[in-house]
Formats: sequence, structure tokens, C-alpha cells
Amino acid sequence: MIPSSFDYVKASTVDEAVAALTAAGEDAKVLGGGQSLLPVLRLRLNSPSVLVDVSEVDEMRQVTDEGSALLVGAAVTTYEVMHHDLVTAHVPLLAQTAALVADPAIRHRGTFGGSCTHADPSGDMPTVARVLDAEFVVAGPGGRRTVPAADFFVDFFTTAVGPDEVLVAVRLPKMGGWGSHYEKFHRTAQAWAIVGVAAAVRVEGGTIAEARVALTNMGATPIRAASVEAALTGGPATAEAIAAAAESAADGTSPTSDTHADAEFRRHLARVLTKRAVTKAAGL
Amino acid sequence: MTHIGVTVDGTHRHADVEPRLLLVHWLREDLGLVGTPIGCDTSNCGACTVLVDGRSVKSCSVLAVQVDGKEVTTIQGLTVEDGEWHPVQKAFKECHGLQCGYCTPGMVLASVDLLSENPDPTEEEIRQGLEGNLCRCTGYHNIVKAVATAAAEMRGGTS
Ligand SMILES: Cc1cc2nc3c(=O)[nH]c(=O)nc-3n(C[C@H](O)[C@H](O)[C@H](O)COP(=O)(O)OP(=O)(O)OC[C@H]3O[C@@H](n4cnc5c(N)ncnc54)[C@H](O)[C@@H]3O)c2cc1C
Ligand code: FES
Ligand code: FES
Repeated sequence: MIPSSFDYVKASTVDEAVAALTAAGEDAKVLGGGQSLLPVLRLRLNSPSVLVDVSEVDEMRQVTDEGSALLVGAAVTTYEVMHHDLVTAHVPLLAQTAALVADPAIRHRGTFGGSCTHADPSGDMPTVARVLDAEFVVAGPGGRRTVPAADFFVDFFTTAVGPDEVLVAVRLPKMGGWGSHYEKFHRTAQAWAIVGVAAAVRVEGGTIAEARVALTNMGATPIRAASVEAALTGGPATAEAIAAAAESAADGTSPTSDTHADAEFRRHLARVLTKRAVTKAAGL
Repeated sequence: MTHIGVTVDGTHRHADVEPRLLLVHWLREDLGLVGTPIGCDTSNCGACTVLVDGRSVKSCSVLAVQVDGKEVTTIQGLTVEDGEWHPVQKAFKECHGLQCGYCTPGMVLASVDLLSENPDPTEEEIRQGLEGNLCRCTGYHNIVKAVATAAAEMRGGTS
């Protein structure tokens, strides 16, 4: 179908984008890569009066080395995330996961920031942001603020980004000394995760010193598997210990039942994929 | 209306377009380039794949205003100078990589993009590289064969 009419503003700076959103009122939408928004507009599930295109805002197209963290611009494409030297060197989990998002044509246009702001419960990038305790830099009429990942993802398709705000960049800690892995289960013809698990562990002399695990599509937002993290931390980095810890992966989750899988199968997948993701992250 | 200037299959085009006009509709309905088909409403099928600045995109999921200043290649611009087919097109014919042909323009352009990045892909890499393009006829087997054949041809016959 053909989207209903809208005005189009191509922003060249973050300030311009915020000004255009403010001027347009509630009815405006930010356009990133358009790989989620344009399908929505074509199905006429939404009909904004103005689209503010941020895909070529220079500041939002950069990956910056901040010393202990990387600042990844929201308009950096999924494809660029996969291949960027700073990302592959310092946050390999993000590059590995980016390669599992959608398909090549969609990765060429879809953006990291768009994936996070779209906040589809089966999206992969939000889970990586959540497992790494990323910080989201959000700009609005009142200036800029930083939102921790724990507060950024609010509900299904809902984030802390207000209607007159733009996600500018995401700050991710460098992962030197950590092993990591994203394990995803999906149907071949449908890339979206039925369940996904992001794991990062720091192993010291055979012991798991720190562990982080987050789950995709086990609730309305990406969630941390706190009981798995607690069970792993301080324990041996062995297959048995990891398998035992993974048993609690579905505790406290609220997965949906849909045509792809029922809730019980999703809980099963969460346990199995957690075991696999942590095992690979630990280098076993 | 928004003014755009785009190079399409080597020809420079200027147009005033509505912002809501999808790239695929501009190509098909305004420029008459109907070699690029539309297969779905959900950005899943890849039939509409074209190259923008050399990279594959789904032209149903891009606005015409978003390709202002860029270079677009459709299946109709892929033939080399004297009308000879691109090696990927030849290989699809040779290997019987199509049946109804509806997915073929998208398959060919996605394959061209894949081979520009990876001139010697494994079977697994070919399948992964074409995962955004659905075919309802062939079962993919001959498509994979065609891409491998084109890759060998483009590397100069060495494999
Ligand atoms: C067939 C198909 C398969 C897919 N498979 C997967 C998959 O396996 N895993 C996965 O994670 N994703 C998948 N996606 C989604 C894809 O990754 C999208 O690119 C992504 O979700 C949205 O990014 P975008 O830049 O295209 O955002 P857009 O479509 O431009 O925008 C999406 C939403 O975010 C808002 N937005 C975008 N950028 C900003 C910003 N900087 N500031 C504020 N708001 C912003 C928009 O207003 C809109 O509400 C798939 C999509 C399709 C069509
Ligand atoms: S028409 Fe199906 S992806 Fe574009
Ligand atoms: S040949 Fe018919 S859809 Fe592919």
C-alpha cells in the first residue's frame, strides 16, 4: 500500500531535528533507516504528519572512542556496526549480534538507534544494550540527558524517548577481558528472534568473576536473567556449572504465546540458549 | 513536493516527488522501469531489491526522497555496455536458477552485492547472503549453484 501523506524534513544537525519535532507537535516521527517505520506506514498502522529524517546527521553517524567506552551514533547502520573496526575490537558482542539482525538489504539501511528506539520485544540490539548496561544519549527541547538501559526500555515498542526527542547515540563499555556471545533462535524465513540470549562473562583462573545475561522476547522488554548471573558469579567456568545455572533462565519471565511459539516453549528455549550462550562466552 | 536528482541505471534523473512516494513506485510508475517487481507489503520478500550506491536495499522500504544525490542500479541497468548480460544473469540462465522469474531481479542484485563483498563465498555464505530474498518456485538449490558459478566466472574461471 501507499503511505498517507506527510511532510518530510531532512535534518542536518540534532538541533534541527529537535526543532522540527517540536514545531510539528505530537504527530511527527523520527525517520532512521525506515526499515521498521516504512512498513508500518505502508500498512497504514500509523500516519504521522511529518517525518524528520536523521539518517544523515553527521554527529549521529560517528563511532567515537571515549577511552573506557564507545559512543555509537544512533544513525550508524546495522551493516556499519558489523564491520566497524572500533566495534569489532572493543564491543565484539555488538558486531556479532548485528550480523544476525534481519538480512543484508535491511542491515544496509536499518540503524542501531532505530533498532533500539523501535523496541520490538523480539529485536536483538536492545538486548545487547541491556546486557552491557549501555547509556542512551537523548536530545530534546530542554537539552540532552543520559538514560541507563534499565530505564530506557519501558514496554512493547515503547522507550524513554519522548515524541519531541531524538536518540543521538548509545554509550557501550569496552569489553576487554570479557568473553561474549549472542545466541538466537528463529525460523529461516523469518529473521526475528523467537528467543535470543546475550551473555558476557569475565573468567579469572577458571572462575567466573563476573557474568551478565539478558534475554530477548521473554517479556515486553529485554530482561536481565538475574538468577543466572548470581548462580554463575564466583562459580567454576565449567560445562556442569553453566548448565546448572542456565536452569533458572526463565525464572521471573513473562513470555507471550504466538504463532511462532507458546510461552512454555519459549521458557525451554531461554534455558537451552542461555546454556549455549554462556558456554561460548566462557570460551568452552 | 520535494525535488530530487538521482542517477538511475546510468541516466541522471530529476523529479519533483511527494515525500511519501516509495522508491519502487518511482522506478516503476514514473520512470517505467518495471523490471523491479513488488512482491509483498511487509519488507520480507526482497523481490524489489535494487542497489543504492552499490549496496542492496529493498526499494519498497526506501522513500524516493531518501535517494536524492545517490546512484540507483536496477536489474535493467545491470547489463554491461554493449547489452551483454552480467555474469550473474548469465549464470542464473545457465544453471536454471529461476522458474517463474518473479524473485529473479532481486535475487540477481542481492547476489551482485554479495559477490562484490565476498568474491568466493561458500554455499553457506551464499544462502546467508540471500536470506532476505524469498523464492516460491526453485527451492533455492539452483539459485545457490548459479551464484557459485557466477563467482567462479567473475574470478576468472579459477575456483
Ligand atoms: C523483514 C524484516 C526483518 C527484520 N529482522 C530483524 C531481526 O531479526 N532483528 C532485529 O533486531 N530487527 C529486525 N528488523 C528490524 C530492523 O532491524 C530495523 O532496521 C530496526 O528495527 C529499525 O531501525 P531503523 O533505523 O530502520 O528505524 P526506523 O524504521 O526509521 O524507525 C523505527 C522507530 O524508531 C524511531 N526512531 C528511529 N531512529 C530514531 C532516533 N535516532 N531517535 C528517536 N527515534 C528514532 C522511529 O520514529 C520509529 O518509531 C527486521 C525488519 C524487517 C523489515
Ligand atoms: S516488495 Fe517485498 S521486500 Fe520489497
Ligand atoms: S522463480 Fe518463482 S519466485 Fe523464484
